[in-house]
Amino acid sequence: MAKFDRKGKKEGQAINTAALPDIVFMLLFFFMVATVLREVEYKIKLKLPEASEIKKLEKKSLVTYIYVGEPKLQYQKLHGTEPKIQLNDAFARVSDIQDYIIGDRQTKNEDEVPFMTTSLKVDMDTKMGIVTQIKQELRKVSALKINYSSRKKVTVK
Amino acid sequence: MARRARPVQEINGGSLADIAFLLLIFFLVTTTMDVDSGLSRKLPPWVPPEEIDETPPIKERNVFIVLVNSNDQLLVENEPMDVRYLKDKAIEFIKNPRNKENLPEKELLSEKIKKAQDKGNMKEVRKLETTQRLLGNIEISKQVISLQNDMSTSYGTYIEVQNELIAAYNEVRDELSMQKFGKKYDDLDPDLDKDKIDAIKEVYPQSISEAEPKNIGGNK
Repeated sequence: MAKFDRKGKKEGQAINTAALPDIVFMLLFFFMVATVLREVEYKIKLKLPEASEIKKLEKKSLVTYIYVGEPKLQYQKLHGTEPKIQLNDAFARVSDIQDYIIGDRQTKNEDEVPFMTTSLKVDMDTKMGIVTQIKQELRKVSALKINYSSRKKVTVK
Repeated sequence: MARRARPVQEINGGSLADIAFLLLIFFLVTTTMDVDSGLSRKLPPWVPPEEIDETPPIKERNVFIVLVNSNDQLLVENEPMDVRYLKDKAIEFIKNPRNKENLPEKELLSEKIKKAQDKGNMKEVRKLETTQRLLGNIEISKQVISLQNDMSTSYGTYIEVQNELIAAYNEVRDELSMQKFGKKYDDLDPDLDKDKIDAIKEVYPQSISEAEPKNIGGNK
């Protein structure tokens, strides 16, 4: 088999990888732009409900988040399985909401305050009782613009 | 020192790809692609309990009552109903196309303007007149949707119901907008067509009122 005996005479042509970084950079930039870094670590199980009439939240900086749901497994020993409120990175009680909203409001410009929105990220299976309580608290501090966070439902029309 | 001019050494770009890959993988892992979106609503201002007087009388025919109990069942206008039919029922209520006796009353825009003038509410008058200029002297329904849920209604159902009601409003608004401006309501430009948007909102205000929480169907 003389065919295979040509030793080293002609090295296998190396593939030109000069364009590889370009391709990877392109992907990298895509992900950097499309990325929304997670604002907090969820300590609760969160499965958002579905809805079709949703609107995108504009101006992320003016949005305050409130999370509600059943604590994740590793926190259940301490906090039980009843739905809990999470503000920033910690569990909270209903009575903490007012302070939280007011505190958040103070970091913003005064003329931006009317545009502040509270996004309620609530698990599907939560009972309305706790949600109603939260809504009452929000009304008390007149944070009236709210957004029930939900996923886009694919509707067949 | 006459060294022989060495050919310029080429920088090895092979590892560039590795670095970029590393960053790429970092972003891939940390990415959450979800955009924040949801149902936007506005809460009514807080009224201290002692100040709640009798709510202004609204005729029964003008109110569309939706009750949700603790088993996530619906009672719409005193009839059990599946969520699927809620939207159509709500649309019929909002529009009242055949001027039925048991569905909401309507009021001509010109009458509404007159009332506002009598009250001396000039801001309201101006707003209504813009509406009249854009849409003509049309009838405005006095509809109000009342939504009541139980403490143990599940949030998923609540959102489903809210979604259907908002969908009903969006549909009637779309229809009016198509008819008058040849554009869908959502496609109207918030800056350029502000008057048009306001006019449509004037005709079909999203009046979903949520009663103070009650226990319907007992606790579970």
